[in-house]
Amino acid sequence: MVSSSLEELSLTADVLVVGGGMAGAWAATSAAESGAKVVLVDKGYCGTSGVTAAAGPGHWWVPPDPPAARDAAVANRVTSGLGLGEADWMYRILDQTWRTLPTLARYYKFGVDDDGRMNYRAVRGPEYMRALRQQILGHGVTVLDHSPVLELLARSDGSIGGARGKRRQDGGRAYQIEAGAVILAAGGTSFLSHLLGSRTNTGDGYLMAAEAGAEMSGMEFTAAYTIAPAHSTMTRSMAYSFAAYYDADGHELDLPFGPDQTLRLARALQRGPVYCSLHRLPDDIKARLHTISPNVPLVFDRWGIDPYRDRFEVTLHNDGTIRGIGGVRVHDVDGTTSVPGLFVAGDNASREKVAGAISGGGNVNSAWALSSGVSAGRAAARLARGAKRSAGRLRPLGRIGRERRRGGKAVDLAALRNGVRAEMHPFDKNLFRTGHGLAASAQALEGLWTELADHADTGTIASRETAALLATARWSVATAATRKESRGLHRREDFPSRDSGPAVRLLSGGLDQVWVTPDGAPADAKTGQLEAAS
Amino acid sequence: MIELIVADRCTDCGTCIEVCPANVLDAGQGGLPILARVEDCQTCFMCELYCQADAIYVAPDCDRRVTVDETEVVASGHLGQYRKHSGWDEWAEHYPNEQWLMETVFRRAGETSAQSRGAGPEGLGGQK
Repeated sequence: MVSSSLEELSLTADVLVVGGGMAGAWAATSAAESGAKVVLVDKGYCGTSGVTAAAGPGHWWVPPDPPAARDAAVANRVTSGLGLGEADWMYRILDQTWRTLPTLARYYKFGVDDDGRMNYRAVRGPEYMRALRQQILGHGVTVLDHSPVLELLARSDGSIGGARGKRRQDGGRAYQIEAGAVILAAGGTSFLSHLLGSRTNTGDGYLMAAEAGAEMSGMEFTAAYTIAPAHSTMTRSMAYSFAAYYDADGHELDLPFGPDQTLRLARALQRGPVYCSLHRLPDDIKARLHTISPNVPLVFDRWGIDPYRDRFEVTLHNDGTIRGIGGVRVHDVDGTTSVPGLFVAGDNASREKVAGAISGGGNVNSAWALSSGVSAGRAAARLARGAKRSAGRLRPLGRIGRERRRGGKAVDLAALRNGVRAEMHPFDKNLFRTGHGLAASAQALEGLWTELADHADTGTIASRETAALLATARWSVATAATRKESRGLHRREDFPSRDSGPAVRLLSGGLDQVWVTPDGAPADAKTGQLEAAS
Repeated sequence: MIELIVADRCTDCGTCIEVCPANVLDAGQGGLPILARVEDCQTCFMCELYCQADAIYVAPDCDRRVTVDETEVVASGHLGQYRKHSGWDEWAEHYPNEQWLMETVFRRAGETSAQSRGAGPEGLGGQK
């Protein structure tokens, strides 16, 4: 290995941000504005990495005047969130987004609508992330691209004091960053579906947070799916709002635009291939599709398909926790976790309190990514100012996929990853859930986990990614098995209705032993819930 | 997945190697970037967008390799299409960013649907 001949790169920072998508970039911005020395590391390239860069986020955006408009928006979301949302958190992200997004105007050219009004809420992903990169570089943030983090580092008191990883475009050179506080903004995971831009989002931030002692919340809500032309990644849904669908015999399917459309489409796809035509898209939108979403026509043009005349096959890609809502449990909008020194932002955090039990895809999740990033950056900078910095040696926290328990042998990581896909993507397992199916998934994932934990090679990026995918899938399946009702994105065929009692959030965690417990239960209830989950 | 870098167009600037979020490319020895790990390509088209030489072709196929004929691709007009329609670089004055229309489209779809069926205005998983 080249790495052994290279000296480890050692850096110090007040605030270390892990992940350079929109949440991480906003976190780096606000930490730097708070006076902190900031290092941001990204597995790929801050500017193109993550799901924002390839999409077009429309932020949740409600002007403060008249106040009744915000009250109505929040009240609607509280209702549609089916008991898991919290009005106070929603007001805070609406306000933060409203105040912050226009400040990017120095780097992003916001659109002007046909009436001459500036539109802030809807931005195009590549330009947005390019602007955020320019902004953090302008703030003096040190950016390390192609530098995946392998594990967090803890001080002797258990607080988080840095991270270490590898620079993969620098011969695999190891690096270590000592920091006053760490913000995990490493994204969610689609369990390696072909959701656009999600390939490197393998749930690393969940695994690292769990190793540090943080809990997850809302991991059962992974059953979101987004349409795309079959064999493509193009999960941009706007053009499909006027779509017509057909079965293999050419009969039009009854799939009206509305809240049940994804479910109906999934049922149709279980019966056979589904074809789509966009001929009903209004002519003025057809004429401008390439300047609204320039990547959408690429697929059709290259395949020689006229989507307004031809019928093309479509599929649904799983959104996992990305358009789902689970993630690390946070105690505040500022991403405070249960672990001192560790903050989370964006999809790395649970979004239950702002999205409720339904998908936060698009608008709420974007407002959350921005707001939690800004707030976490500020809070982490404040903490770093008071942190004890000479606390002695830092202890590496990586366990699974870092330290094998038994003898080393060749582990087929690709097979393990395919095993995760096989449990998390099929409609009959993850969208239309049953107790039997979830138990079978849990068993299958347990076997894969054991294989990895017992034998996997240590310290490679691929083994850590595989561990993160497996851990996340296990938490999701265990939580889904525990929630014996249907609520929002979580649908149980054997428990089709919603519990009549008060809505409960479910916490989860554990590496070798997965646990699930209701939020608010005493800490010692964790073990008791284990049986219920497995 | 990325299938082609057109040698005649590539200026060997190294940008695609740097911006690829999945680290698919390696620097070649004194020439073209190498498609070193195509199986890691996530078909996000970012390399095309950042390639000012319009030298890169990403096939839309994300789950299967396809054979690409360089002559055909060059003749197709697809090279540089994403960068052009995005209004990047020299195209800034020709192709406006109309992303702001997205919410209008969803709203109109909701209204149309409500008119014909009395359904609510929420669609396929929100806006993106």
